[in-house]
Amino acid sequence: MIKKRALAALAAVFVGTAAHAECAFENEIEIRMLSASFPAWVGVTDAMKECGNVEAELNNEFLEKMQEGFAAFPPLYHIGGLYGTAIVPLMDANLIRPLDDLVEKYGQNLNTNQLIKVDGKTMAIAMMVNAQHLMYREDILDELGIPVPSTYVELFDAAEKIQASGKVDYVFGGNFRTAWLEFVNMYLGYGGSFFDAEWKPTINNEQGVASLETLKRLTKHMDPEFLASDTTYTAQQLQKRKIAMATLWASRAQAMDDPDESEVVGLVKPASALAPEAGMIPAATLWWDGIVIASGISDEEADAAFRVAMEGLDTEMALANPGAAIWLIKGYEPGKYADGAIATVANGARPYPASSQMGLMQSAIAGNIFDYLRGEKDAPTALADMESDYIVSAREAGFIN
Amino acid sequence: MLIFIAAPLLLVLINSFYVTASKFETVETESCTPGIAGEICVTELRTRPLLDEDDKVIRQTRYVGLQSYRNVLELEKAAGFLINNDFRSILTIDFWKALRFTLTFTFITLPIMLAAGLGIALAVNMVSERFRGQIIFVSLLPLIITPVIGALSIRWLFIGDGILTAALEMILERDIAMFAQAWTVEVLILFYRVWHIVPFAFVVLYAGLQTLNRDTLESAIIDGASRWERVRYVVVPYLMPLIVFLTVIHLMDSYRVFEEIVGLGAESHVISLQWITYDYLRPDDAGNRAISRASASAMLTMVGIVFILALPLRQTWRDYHPRRK
Repeated sequence: MIKKRALAALAAVFVGTAAHAECAFENEIEIRMLSASFPAWVGVTDAMKECGNVEAELNNEFLEKMQEGFAAFPPLYHIGGLYGTAIVPLMDANLIRPLDDLVEKYGQNLNTNQLIKVDGKTMAIAMMVNAQHLMYREDILDELGIPVPSTYVELFDAAEKIQASGKVDYVFGGNFRTAWLEFVNMYLGYGGSFFDAEWKPTINNEQGVASLETLKRLTKHMDPEFLASDTTYTAQQLQKRKIAMATLWASRAQAMDDPDESEVVGLVKPASALAPEAGMIPAATLWWDGIVIASGISDEEADAAFRVAMEGLDTEMALANPGAAIWLIKGYEPGKYADGAIATVANGARPYPASSQMGLMQSAIAGNIFDYLRGEKDAPTALADMESDYIVSAREAGFIN
Repeated sequence: MLIFIAAPLLLVLINSFYVTASKFETVETESCTPGIAGEICVTELRTRPLLDEDDKVIRQTRYVGLQSYRNVLELEKAAGFLINNDFRSILTIDFWKALRFTLTFTFITLPIMLAAGLGIALAVNMVSERFRGQIIFVSLLPLIITPVIGALSIRWLFIGDGILTAALEMILERDIAMFAQAWTVEVLILFYRVWHIVPFAFVVLYAGLQTLNRDTLESAIIDGASRWERVRYVVVPYLMPLIVFLTVIHLMDSYRVFEEIVGLGAESHVISLQWITYDYLRPDDAGNRAISRASASAMLTMVGIVFILALPLRQTWRDYHPRRK
């Protein structure tokens, strides 16, 4: 696998320098880009490089660098590639420019849902969406005659049966190293809201308790090492036949059928994220990834940067990397790996509620949820502590008095 | 000294008394983000920082006194638990939880490091000269590995059915989950640090052994001292300055234990004081960071180190400045 990747990277280097012809125009202005680092961005930045004079830096610690880099004079980067929630601090500090005029000039091939609009102004161009949803071993469920669960209530029933059958070590897998995100998803599934109109926290309630309890009940069906389990670990558990079901990112679906790393090729199917109970929306949030353009660069540079970016986000690129993401790009038809995400959206999942306050709330949740899951705090105490931690940081940040 | 040590310290100290925040207005905002086929538009309240004429965010710094220290220490809460004799709950407060682990870590690894380092040094000293070079080289290898990389390797060796967990399971014939509870994670962290630091102690003490006066040893033998007595009354006293040196270095080094926690991904079970500072300083998804609390926690860490070092340093001071009798 590593060898294959290395070869691909090597090939990309050679193709990248040789094939300027594939870009629709010859770029004369030097363009620098900083983005997150995963296969989708590799595809996009390689396509951009074909235009010439493009330098791309892929780094998963991009968040910090991008803010400082965009704020520098002149900005260190022209284009930023980020996930949706990261747009908030850039927008707040006026570091990214509205793209409406550029979209009008060069964005003929963009779908309308690619335009990230804030108060009517296009602030970013989305290229893909991602969501966490259920993935399950079709063979196991079929054999035991269990229908695909659509709520956590059904999941717990199924879990008892699967556990009894002894087909897998543990029934379920999930990214509980980032348990705060699982809580946010679950809490939104229960219909909870995080803040009141004055930015005071409002999570210490029935929905909060129910969310925590559902998560804890879920951990009973998980590998006892769940607190150290991240996305890669969960994906591996599924690939190595250790678990029967998992909550995983849609972008991981394709790897289940990769014979180089998976022992369950063709057996894992995606399905909608589970709702907490019947009649509720799925406990999942929608995330997008896309590009922004720095506000501090000149209009000519922005012009060139945007054109280069459009080359990176064209149909050709999406068709060349169909499994890398659920692309929003014109001409790309979502394949079977997108089924789970599509069903999740159809069942009413909402976008991730990104905001500065939510950033503080995330930290407050993350700081207390492990104590709850380890049994050192009960649910109301954990929720009260989350609220008081949030209040401390929100006071410091000036959101509440 | 002034520029590189005193000035930064002073800045951190000042930072811990002030909090900087932007000014905000709350506005109703409609934002549209992609679904899969269509778009999803949400109208909600959002805060927007106020900008000055130059389009820069207006920031205000205000003096908060010891508030940040209070927020880090959460003394009232801890006192509340203390009154109810609920010692376990004190350890759910981040600072006290981290302090407990940091101190445990520091004082457990210290004697192990000194004993193992001395043991290996004595053993190597007795090996025939022909092999010494190779043995020293091999035993120094752990020291060369970058702590983060070493910790990452440990994570993958032990997590789930990692090679070493699988091997342990085979030997002990039982199911083992090293990352399922806090104490096993702590054991891994301790084990890793000892493995990493013992070569350093060994090299320092071995170098010291080379200058040991043979005559003293021989006269001890003639006086009928056993092997243990020679170590206890000749070697150890001779090496004492080096042992104090190792102790001081190790206390400073292990009080700021950090890499192991990040590398092992252990923060859900175990945190250290240094990790808390990092956690405050690290921006969240929305770019917020708690600089003031990070500074306060850094100052507290420094105070802790000074406190711990006071004892061995005082001893050394006395050794070099004996009182006139």
